[in-house]
This record gives sequence, structure tokens and C-alpha cells, in this order.
Amino acid sequence: MDALRGFTLLLLCQSAGEALARLAQWPLPGPVLGLVILGALLQWPLVRAPVEAVAQPLLGHLSLLFVPVGVGVVGHLGLVGEYGLQMLLALVLSTWVGLLASALVLRALLPREADAPPATPVH
Amino acid sequence: MSNFVDLWVYLAATPLFGLTATLGVYVAASAVYERLDRAPWANPVLWSVVVLALLLKATGTPYPVYFSGAQFIHFLLGPAVVALAWPLWQRRAELRARAGALLVAALAGGAAASGSAVGIAWALGLPGEVIASLAPKSVTAPVAMGIAAQLGGIPALAAVFAVLTGLIGAITAKVLFDAARIRPPVVRGFALGTASHGVGAARALQVHPDAGAYAALALGLQVLLAALLMPLIARLF
Repeated sequence: MDALRGFTLLLLCQSAGEALARLAQWPLPGPVLGLVILGALLQWPLVRAPVEAVAQPLLGHLSLLFVPVGVGVVGHLGLVGEYGLQMLLALVLSTWVGLLASALVLRALLPREADAPPATPVH
Repeated sequence: MSNFVDLWVYLAATPLFGLTATLGVYVAASAVYERLDRAPWANPVLWSVVVLALLLKATGTPYPVYFSGAQFIHFLLGPAVVALAWPLWQRRAELRARAGALLVAALAGGAAASGSAVGIAWALGLPGEVIASLAPKSVTAPVAMGIAAQLGGIPALAAVFAVLTGLIGAITAKVLFDAARIRPPVVRGFALGTASHGVGAARALQVHPDAGAYAALALGLQVLLAALLMPLIARLF
């Protein structure tokens, strides 16, 4: 029941976010404003258990949610045939640049204790 | 035999097909991923997309027919973005203490990923609408679609780029970080969430709880920063 309440709450926050984005003509997507609204609501202890009950399974299977969009690649096979190699090169290199930039900046800025090598290798 | 064909034609045209195929293939791909000790190259999203794309091709099913069923899964992306408030709220004290460093790292990573994608695409002579669709590629798919539309890109293409970016990060980050001697799970997770959004965060979550939490945070920050800043920056050009 908590999960159902939590899911309703997520949809309400998202709807409020969509309404706010439209009414105020902000460039933010509705779900992002919904995230901010939910963050504010979490100050209120009553909503915490329902939100936790729905967030765990939903975020635990986050990668499943990207599959339908990923299959959409079949709709762009013409573009892939024409520019596939260039697009792949741009995607791979920029992802590495982004990974290294954020990792190196964060490592430089965090206090040293976070730099201790982990007991087991990760990733 | 013709009864069987009729039945298939009927089933393939209902939303049941897209939904069942997506879940069935993903559950199977996840089981294989577990059996292979979560090897990066066995990523379940990658293989689900490959198998489903081949399935659509083999059965001659158009993407919109598939999507009429798969949209029920796709729809959950919106509530999932909202639900990111939970992991952020759980670690609010720690995040507040490190807010400055995290914000700078998120900005640096996002700007580097987006800027280099646009620069490389431009240098390689890709069309303008493809470049505009590449710009928001490190933001989670539903948000990337909205930003691409504002930038004059193709939303559906931006979503595919975002998923591919997520996969590239999830599959190659281990090798890249090991080579660059970047070891703290917190740093590795945060970078994965920054450059490879939800697919990267899902990978980080499977590998280390600290990495997963920071990846979720990075994903949320990237969504906020990109949604706020990208349309503003695009207006300058």
C-alpha cells in the first residue's frame, strides 16, 4: 500500500511540475520540477515511508526504462548508415572526456580521506 | 498454420506484444548478465536493445507498433526522475558538506561532455540537427528529448544518443578509470552519473553502494544543471 501511495505522490509531483513549467513558461522539464517539489515535501515525515517504498524498486530497475527508447535506434538506421562512424566517434570520445573531467575535478576537490583505495576493485 | 499466422498478426498488433517482449528480453538479458558476474560488456540494456531491434526486423514489426506496448515502461522514466529526490534526500547532510566540490565537478563533467560532443561532431561535419541532438547526450533520456527540442535537434535521436552515451559509460568506465588510476568509489560513481546518466548510475549501483548513491546524485544534478543552463547557453549562439 505504501508503494502505491508513493507512486501516486510521484505522479502528483510530476503533474505539479508539468503544470508549473507550462504556467510559468520555465525551460525546465516537468519531472525535474517534480523532483524539486518532492525534495521539499520530504521535509514532512509522513511522506518518507511511501516514497522510499516506491523509489527503491523504481530506481533499482532504472536501466530497464531506457530499453524502449534504445530500440528507437531502428527508426534512425538511415542516419546511422550515413554518419554512423562519426556519430559513434563523437559519442565515445565525449563520454570519456566527460567521465575523466568530472572524476579528476571531484578527486582534486574532495578531502584526502575519500581517496583511500577501496578494499575491492569497483566498476 | 494459417490460424497460427492470424493469431500472431493479432497479438503483434496489440500493446501486449511490445510490453511482453521488452520485459521478457530484459529479464533474460539480466539473468545472463548475473551469470557472467556482471561483466561490463554483458550490459543488459545493450543486449536487450540489440535483441529487440533484431526481433522487430525479423517479424517486420514497425517501431510505433512496438512502442504502443513499450510506452508503459517508457512512461515510468518521468516518475523515476521525480523519485531521484529520495536518494538525494537520504544523503542530504553529506551532500551539503560537499556541495561546492560536487557542483563544480558536475559542471565540469557536463560542460566537457557536451562541449566535446558538439566540437567533435562539428569537426566531423555532422548536420546541425544531429549536433543539436548530441548536445544534451549526458542528460537522462526524457530530459534530453526536451532540451534537444528547444535547441532545434530531433528529440527521438537525442534520446537514442542519450541511451548510447549511457551504455558507452557503463561498459568502458572500468577500463578508463583503472587506466587513469581513479579509485575512490564515490568519485567513480559520481563521474558515471555525470557523463552517463541513468544507465551509468544503474551500473554504479550494481558495483558499489557508495558509487551508486553518488551516481544518482550526479544524475539529478546533471538534469537540473542541463535543463537550466543549456537553453540559456544555446541562446548565446
